[in-house]
Amino acid sequence: MKLTIRGGRLIDPANNIDAQQDIYISEGRIAAIGIAPEGFVAEQEIDASGHIVCPGLIDLQARLREPGQKHKGTIASESRAAASAGITTLCCPPDTRPVIDTPAVAEQIRHRATEAGLARVLPIGALTQGLEGQQLSSMQALQSAGCIVIGNARHAIASTLIQRRALEYASTLGLTVFFNSEDPWLGADGCIHEGALSTRLGLAGIPECAEVIAVGRDLMLVEQTGVRAHFGQLSTARAIDMITEACAKGLPVSADVSAHQLFLTEMDVAEFDSACHVRPPLRSQRDRDRLRAAVAEGAISAICSDHQPHDRDAKLAPFASTEPGISALETLLPLTLRLVEEKVLGLNEAIARLTSGPAAILGLNSGQLGIGALADICIFDPKHHWRVEEQQLLSHGKNTPFLGWELSGKASTTLLEGRIVYQATQ
Amino acid sequence: MSRENLQLDSNGKLRHFLTTEGLSRQHLTEILDVAESFATVGGKSVKKVPLLRGKTIINLFFETSTRTRTTFELAASRLSADVQSINIATSATSKGESLLDMLHNLEAMHCDMFVVRHADSGAAHFIARHVAPHVSVINAGDGRHAHPTQAMLDMFTIRRHKQDFGAIKVAIVGDVLHSRVARSQIHALNTLGVGELRIIGPKTLIPPSFSKLGAHIFHDMNKGLEGVDVVIMLRLQKERMKGALLPSESEYFARYGLTEEKLALANPDAIVMHPGPINRGVEIASSVADGPQSVILEQVSNGLAVRMAVMSMVLGRQAESTDGEKG
Repeated sequence: MKLTIRGGRLIDPANNIDAQQDIYISEGRIAAIGIAPEGFVAEQEIDASGHIVCPGLIDLQARLREPGQKHKGTIASESRAAASAGITTLCCPPDTRPVIDTPAVAEQIRHRATEAGLARVLPIGALTQGLEGQQLSSMQALQSAGCIVIGNARHAIASTLIQRRALEYASTLGLTVFFNSEDPWLGADGCIHEGALSTRLGLAGIPECAEVIAVGRDLMLVEQTGVRAHFGQLSTARAIDMITEACAKGLPVSADVSAHQLFLTEMDVAEFDSACHVRPPLRSQRDRDRLRAAVAEGAISAICSDHQPHDRDAKLAPFASTEPGISALETLLPLTLRLVEEKVLGLNEAIARLTSGPAAILGLNSGQLGIGALADICIFDPKHHWRVEEQQLLSHGKNTPFLGWELSGKASTTLLEGRIVYQATQ
Repeated sequence: MSRENLQLDSNGKLRHFLTTEGLSRQHLTEILDVAESFATVGGKSVKKVPLLRGKTIINLFFETSTRTRTTFELAASRLSADVQSINIATSATSKGESLLDMLHNLEAMHCDMFVVRHADSGAAHFIARHVAPHVSVINAGDGRHAHPTQAMLDMFTIRRHKQDFGAIKVAIVGDVLHSRVARSQIHALNTLGVGELRIIGPKTLIPPSFSKLGAHIFHDMNKGLEGVDVVIMLRLQKERMKGALLPSESEYFARYGLTEEKLALANPDAIVMHPGPINRGVEIASSVADGPQSVILEQVSNGLAVRMAVMSMVLGRQAESTDGEKG
């Protein structure tokens, strides 16, 4: 299949391109940029005039709910939502049921994703068996089954000794470890940022130090073991400061933030709004501002969705009894573009945080559109204004605090390895 | 989510009573004034008034309680409403779905009001947000969040003894962190313009963020009690010892228990209050609980008048309003 994308503004941060260029695709890969290869005859042309063409987005953290919780979402339903949002690669954390601690589960997820054929799904292998923090998982077997990174999701490994051993072993195999650092005791009962609002509402808090102490511990062990480490979905200013310092020391460390943390604060919980029940919790204004600055500086090199679709009942209860998480695939791109509108960072940097940034963290050669690269492409209309409404979300999860928000930017066409996996009907 | 006050109807009248926070001084004063008019009903030979005849009130208690439930039942029946109490073991309704299902079933029986007690903070708000427009909700205690009728009966008791809130200093002593009563008192006292509000206890039971609610924090009880006009003691749950919040009951009593010696630091005409049930020898000495400055039993009888006031205001409003406002 040969395909041409004409007239769009190509933004490819990894290759320093921001120009109106046509793109020629052949055999699922980029054949040429700007000038057609000799004898190239396109079977299909996509008119991208007025639109931005960029690498397909890479989401470092998205729960697809399969296997184990198909009433909340399936690989097919959520990868369809991803494709409609310009996302071509999804990293699925290991806390599925069963846990991704055997090659069989990893292979099953990849198989389902291939069957659906709408997005590439990268299973993150479990660092310990059952995520229980006791026994190391068979990391090499997981690696062979396609887990290119490994982690223990939000299940803290309580024993520092086991944590150290797990990191040493992962480092032996050259695996990058994904951390979701949270002290297992300090935030155990909590469901909201510990501060003025938790006090007012009488809800048990998750203190800032629950994240800061855990990041401190993990950074020390990273330094000791030399493992390549990525800290996901950070929420506190002080943790960012520690990551920045670690990077300055030359440690192999990176970080991401979920898009909602850049827009919401603890105050959005207001009067027990369960749509804002997330973990880590929405923090203070000061934390939000620091996270934004870190995204602008590049200390945070990726923005992820931290997508967690829920069934309706999961959010219909008194606040602490509801399940945490936001359905977020479909707001990832427009929220990131809103940072550009709000002058937090430039358009090219914003796109880098969704493409080349996460690709580098994963050690992938994707997230860029150089000659020969896989043709994972997102074409979007930055001026498409839309209102977030339940009925237009393709994800099974309608649980988003952004309902009613007016956002700009929507994918019009998404390509996965040169195949059109989404095209807006207009 | 809209930030309009869930507790008020389109005419600014009390539609639900969920928390003392966010209500005006006029609202709180009106509750106290109406309660004053009911305070005499209990003493008469005919104890009933026909204000809520034909109304159905359901007490939904997801957490066990004898006193609060009883006063709500009595208050409802003295207003001539039909009242039914339902005790639900928390284990059976830990899921929101069954909670909502149950509410909708009860609504289908044409009830007019739910009085709700629940172990989760925000439960009353959650229910108020999901009930049919004609149903009102009164919060009889939700988790650590609020217990507004208890706070209002305390305000009522204080007003009967101290008239002007602006001229008095109030100290709340004990486990403020876990106390829905304390939170509701703090909001009510500040709204009513209290002269000074202090909270006294160890750091494990008073996080610094309480200062943002408008209270001065004292960790030294002797300093905190100096010159106060009202001392409100909070109940200390025994399970606080297990969570490493306190070393022992005896050490707690030594430092924060209200004894005659400590009470002597307050103003000579200071009153002593306690939302009950009291733990003698843990947070308060028997000689103080039963002493001349204690108004603890008075609080209990005032509870009836205040609950009658709130119920009649919330349900009576519906009889008056003709605009058929929707929730």
